[in-house]
Amino acid sequence: MNNYSIVTKDLTKRFGSFTATDAITFEVGQGEIFGFLGANGAGKTTAMRMLCGLLKPSSGEAKVAGYDIYTQTEQIKKRIGYMSQKFSLYEDLTVKENIRFYGGIYGLSNQQIKEKTHALLDRLQLEKEARQLVSSLPLGWKQKLSFSIALLHDPSIVFLDEPTGGVDPITRRQFWDLIYESADKGVTIFVTTHYMDEAEYCNRISIMVDGKIKALDTPAGLKKQFNAESMNDVFLQLARAKS
Amino acid sequence: MLPIVVEHIHKSFGDLKALHDISFTVNEGELFGLIGPDGAGKSTLFRILTTLLLADKGNATVNGLDVVKQYRTIRREVGYMPGRFSLYQDLTIEENLNFFATIFNTTVEENYDLIKDIYEQIAPFAKRPAGKLSGGMKQKLALCCALVHKPKVLFLDEPTTGVDPVSRKEFWDMLRRLKTKGIPILVSTPYMDEAILCDRVALMQKGAIMQINTPANIVAGFGMPVWAMKADNMYRLIRDLRAFEGVYSCYAFGEYLHVTVNTELENVKAYLAPLGHEGLEIKPAKPGIEDAFMQLMQEQNELA
Repeated sequence: MNNYSIVTKDLTKRFGSFTATDAITFEVGQGEIFGFLGANGAGKTTAMRMLCGLLKPSSGEAKVAGYDIYTQTEQIKKRIGYMSQKFSLYEDLTVKENIRFYGGIYGLSNQQIKEKTHALLDRLQLEKEARQLVSSLPLGWKQKLSFSIALLHDPSIVFLDEPTGGVDPITRRQFWDLIYESADKGVTIFVTTHYMDEAEYCNRISIMVDGKIKALDTPAGLKKQFNAESMNDVFLQLARAKS
Repeated sequence: MLPIVVEHIHKSFGDLKALHDISFTVNEGELFGLIGPDGAGKSTLFRILTTLLLADKGNATVNGLDVVKQYRTIRREVGYMPGRFSLYQDLTIEENLNFFATIFNTTVEENYDLIKDIYEQIAPFAKRPAGKLSGGMKQKLALCCALVHKPKVLFLDEPTTGVDPVSRKEFWDMLRRLKTKGIPILVSTPYMDEAILCDRVALMQKGAIMQINTPANIVAGFGMPVWAMKADNMYRLIRDLRAFEGVYSCYAFGEYLHVTVNTELENVKAYLAPLGHEGLEIKPAKPGIEDAFMQLMQEQNELA
């Protein structure tokens, strides 16, 4: 089957004697919403950095958007979008300037940037704020804008690292509407979150404990497997088991 | 004497109204939660109550002391864990704790019974610099440092933000145990599910309090039935429901959508029937704090 967006086999990263990511193997299908869960320090960020072509693995294999994560990291970077709660937009540039900046980074033409800017502002209803500094926007708007900018160059996969932390409950759900919409168009979504209700919105979920993937299935499948009522119970059972 | 009394507090930063007419009280031995997203004004309120910031208008007392006139005494009597990790990163666990004890003219031994439970969990790493601790351990150390002088009131600003569900649960278990020692606690959180762990909560949004009550009463006061709905294609179901005028609100809630209607449920079913949703399931749902919060937000937005 060639319809995989991400394929990994025994992907491993060691820092000295510490194994941060320990032989993880999984596939993510094109257009799938894949939840990548785990406790703090379980190795999620390390795995994600390898998949984004930012960190060289110690051993194992992986392909992202069909490209090898050892030898084709530049191609990978062109085909993926990334947003995190911590770093997303330039606060002292305006909304429009941020869009233009990222459009330029991703090599879009002026004409494309113009069209994309218009479409994006229209869809997020941000026309009035186009010339405002990003720092003046409420957090929820920033996150929606940041997500849309991560999609500016029509990537086939977008990596979202805790995209909704601290956001109010309505905006959090509007954010997931955007995720659904993109997945519906065929974009693969790879997302981490600490909100267990959001885990339910994913097609499939993996849960990492101490560098290893301890469970991987649909939310319904995991709840059945662990005889749990909610994803929160599943998570607590797995992550608690180690200590 | 009430541990915390807040009366009509206002605070603006330039054009931004960070706090608008905030009033509430925290009772003896109470675990009181400020629940709201980033930008609700929670941290500003904490800074006013811990005497680090002056309000524009209004009064507040902590343990009977005025936050403006008696700020020096308040600083000695309260424990404060700010939202951002603010211990000394290059001091060890032990050194940080001793430092805070010394600042408050006491020793770790003197009030050890208060922090024992929590400190024992991090004691094996006593010689490790605070900067090299995991998120969960930092949080436990910060709590120890805030407690080491046996404060009369404890302020915890977003202690569980960005922390995974396991560490969050452990932290709330610790707060429960602290509560039994009779220390009143004001705690803030953006996680709605943590509200039910408080005795009373204030739901905050955009610098204002939308409601103050016990979690049980907030949920009981949710005025309309909530329906849980799901179908194989959730995204399409959301769009279809929102397009129907009989639907008042429709939000994703884990596996199901939570839907409130301003018509008979039969009309909603009749509307959905010809749309051909596979795996459609509709059943009554129990509203939670998050439902109440969103309903209040929706009302607030409709007024504005």
